[in-house]
Amino acid sequence: MYPSRFAYDAPKSLAEAIAILDRNGGEAKVLAGGQSLVPMLKLRFAAPERIVDINALPGLDYHRLDPDGTLRIGALCRHEDLEYSTILPGAFPTLAEAAALIADPIIRTRGTFVGSVCHADPQGDWAATMIALGGRIVAMGPKGRREIEMRDFVLGPFTNALAYNEIAVEAVIPAARGTARGGYLKLERRVGDFATASVAVALDMSGDTVTRAGAAMAGVGGRTIDANEAMSVLVGKTLTEESIAAAAKAVAAAADPRTDHRGDLEYKRHIVSTFVTRILTKIASTEQKAA
Amino acid sequence: MTSLYETVSPPPGDDVPTNRINLTVNGQLRTMDVEPRLLLVHLLRQGLTLTGTHTGCDTSNCGACTVLFDGRPAKSCTMLAVQADGHSVQTVEGMATSSELDPIQEGFKEEHGLQCGYCTPGMMLAAKALLERNPNPTEDDVRWALSGNLCRCTGYQNIVKAVLWAADKMRAQQN
Repeated sequence: MYPSRFAYDAPKSLAEAIAILDRNGGEAKVLAGGQSLVPMLKLRFAAPERIVDINALPGLDYHRLDPDGTLRIGALCRHEDLEYSTILPGAFPTLAEAAALIADPIIRTRGTFVGSVCHADPQGDWAATMIALGGRIVAMGPKGRREIEMRDFVLGPFTNALAYNEIAVEAVIPAARGTARGGYLKLERRVGDFATASVAVALDMSGDTVTRAGAAMAGVGGRTIDANEAMSVLVGKTLTEESIAAAAKAVAAAADPRTDHRGDLEYKRHIVSTFVTRILTKIASTEQKAA
Repeated sequence: MTSLYETVSPPPGDDVPTNRINLTVNGQLRTMDVEPRLLLVHLLRQGLTLTGTHTGCDTSNCGACTVLFDGRPAKSCTMLAVQADGHSVQTVEGMATSSELDPIQEGFKEEHGLQCGYCTPGMMLAAKALLERNPNPTEDDVRWALSGNLCRCTGYQNIVKAVLWAADKMRAQQN
């Protein structure tokens, strides 16, 4: 399979990259990790006139914490950088668990977090974690910088809120108030397949009480499912068998699965409920050990 | 189908724009003019006749086209050749010297880690990347690291054994 013909630029500065996008009026496409874009070019689902490869832009391969604990992930931070990160497991357990489940180990050496979120695949793992954690995307364009809340960033399947002359340069994820707890579980038929169902859970805890509860799902709807409202049944509660069961029920009700070759509707809803229960039960047992 | 297309595909005409790239392949500096849409795997196979890198699924699933890109494993069917400008690529042809197999190749020979051999170059390069990062892997570590590489002949038992054999040998050489 060959892509259609396109022109190629590998700018050395962000300003230059934005100028190229601006000049090409929507006919240019940004290439970061390329692990979704290149297959789409080969299948000719995408046929841009110009590719703007941002891999030569300096200083975008970071992920780091601000003094207040806010996590910043640069546009060239690869999945495997997050998989082997030493800062994620304690502060952002949801992201730490998801990192090792993205695609397969070889894809993870190239693909990027921000690129994956921009791709806006309804099955995307990172988009689910971003929604559960209340993250936002920083875009740079000719008019400067703007921040877009994750819930406003994805407009539909494979459609994001970036203007044609903007580049997503960073993902920003706020720190937990109190203790960060969370997890990510995904059922896939084999490594690298799209999720049959996956669930991201992110809690802020004060002592043994939940102060903020976030959840989102992939694979169980035509879009990433925002289950933050469903998960809010946990706020102000401790993690008990009853509260966990109530959360699992609420999140499963928010899923919108379709029957397909990966499983039927009831099966997928059941997986969601099971995953929420497993993640929360694990957190509850961690809390008990800590107490 | 791919190979048929490759042989009948005419070279690009003079009016097709190309980009000049400099890359290091198996330690050797190469300068080439490529169409931006050329995939890295095709540059290696047709441009440089390094046919040890295989085109398998052509959809980023199987890992037969795995090469080391700046030392990390990458699926060369899912990268553009122009992206290799200024970078280094290692293929299976760069593993053995004229007199000696790489310990990983030796491991695949000793433990019978292949039947048809189609997936083998990708398996070996993914294993090489693993052993550079983790010289003392468990069986689980090996299975995890090779989970992006598919073998359709048989189980993965002997492939995993081959990598563990190589890890033992490489550790022994270090001591």
